[in-house]
Amino acid sequence: MSNSAAEEKPSRFMLVMGKIKGLLAIILVAIIYIWSARGVGFSLIEIIGELPSFFNLLWDMVPPNWAYSIRLINPLLETFQTAIAGTILGTLLAIPLILLCASNVNRNNPLYFASKGFMNLMRTIDPMLYAAILVAGVGLGAFAGMLALMFFSMAVNAKLTSESLEAIDDGPLEAIEACGGNKLEMIKYAVAPQILPTFASYTLYVFEINIRASTVLGLVGAGGIGVNLDTSLNLFRYPNAAMVILATFVVVVLIDHLSNVLREELV
Amino acid sequence: MEIIECEGLGVTYPGGVEALKNVDLTIEDGDFVIVVGLSGAGKSTLLRTINRLVEPTTGTIKVDGRVINNLDKKELKEYRSEVGMIFQNFNLVNRSSVLRNVLAGRLREVPTWRTLLGLFPEEDVEEALSCLERVGIKEKADSRADELSGGQQQRVGIARALAQEPKILLADEPVASLDPPTSHAVMQDLKRINEEDGITTLVNLHFIDLAQEYGEKIIGLREGELVYQGPASEVTEAKFEEIYGRSITADDQLTAGGEADV
Repeated sequence: MSNSAAEEKPSRFMLVMGKIKGLLAIILVAIIYIWSARGVGFSLIEIIGELPSFFNLLWDMVPPNWAYSIRLINPLLETFQTAIAGTILGTLLAIPLILLCASNVNRNNPLYFASKGFMNLMRTIDPMLYAAILVAGVGLGAFAGMLALMFFSMAVNAKLTSESLEAIDDGPLEAIEACGGNKLEMIKYAVAPQILPTFASYTLYVFEINIRASTVLGLVGAGGIGVNLDTSLNLFRYPNAAMVILATFVVVVLIDHLSNVLREELV
Repeated sequence: MEIIECEGLGVTYPGGVEALKNVDLTIEDGDFVIVVGLSGAGKSTLLRTINRLVEPTTGTIKVDGRVINNLDKKELKEYRSEVGMIFQNFNLVNRSSVLRNVLAGRLREVPTWRTLLGLFPEEDVEEALSCLERVGIKEKADSRADELSGGQQQRVGIARALAQEPKILLADEPVASLDPPTSHAVMQDLKRINEEDGITTLVNLHFIDLAQEYGEKIIGLREGELVYQGPASEVTEAKFEEIYGRSITADDQLTAGGEADV
């Protein structure tokens, strides 16, 4: 006997309905796109019209001002110091938040939901927005940038790592509980060994994001190489701007690659 | 002398499932007791209620003459350190060394600041090593736990429980993840420790041949109710069929081809 009822060919009606659904979906996406494009004033004619001046700008950037590169060493260093300090502080702050945001470690429901809410709230804010707010609060400069990356790192790391933490094997946690171990001992002997490689990998990942973010923090006055880019563009010193972009590109690619290699070693 | 006395013990899980119903039970000091029953009969709940990993809903549990239902947090940790537990899936930290896993059994003996820094006193390390020696895997102390075979991992689990210097050992399906020869070896280890140290031992099993071979006493659970309590020698096949509520099949026996992971 065949189980024909389940495997019966879909009827003509169902086929037609499927096609109509697909068509409706395409129309819907098209409508949303047109609405968005009109909102930003998108126009092909304008793009074509602006092409010459765009090429002029590129032309003005060539050759980059190689001599300017020497004056970029300190801003570049500051940029990466911002990223490193922000990542380290954010990671330290993330540790308690990770533990509070994992339901298998934090069994106090109200505290768990409060922590998760806090973490999600902190995560909705982009590092540039943090930087803009913090510049207003603590003044222009790399310190504001570092604080911005700190908050951002904390929230992102807490989100990623706490989700992985909730998926670890709970057996060892139960074993420590059954031995009469306390919460801290459970964390040290059952949680940490399981989550540390993942945590380290996410920390490097956040560091990579921070390195990239740190290069543009200067656009809102939060220090680093972005300040030089902002100034060069505002003063129409395009060869200088080209040098900034080139230097940033080279160093970011290098660090990204290094971090990637490290990360692969960990997993 | 009774070491464990349960009176009217009942456990209802938050979902409404009644895992244990009005269980009256006494276990003598030094007994080697096998708890049998189908999966879902409440074997695991019974063991976990004894060390309060599961909270009793009704009734009382007395251990060594003391009611353990309402211990405060500190007393509960103290009490749990006197009860060793062995798990079906070993519950070791795979990435940690064997020695470190066994040292977890010493947590209650060592101040927290020391355990958090990993500074166990020499005598506690010695104790952990001697527990490993008793289960025959001292030379594996520095290996990572996941480098060991299943049988060796379960021995690490036993060593960890022994390191607690417990009065009671609870083994929850300790051989369900192991092949038949290894199952016998682990059961023999448990039995030997019971005989040498006189530690009261409760073992959950679902293989009736293992239960008859190793058990001195047998407790039968069926749908959360205690349906048998007595010497293993008096348990006939008919009695097992009553406990299981159905006829005995090959799957209920380790040697008759019942597979480990059911």
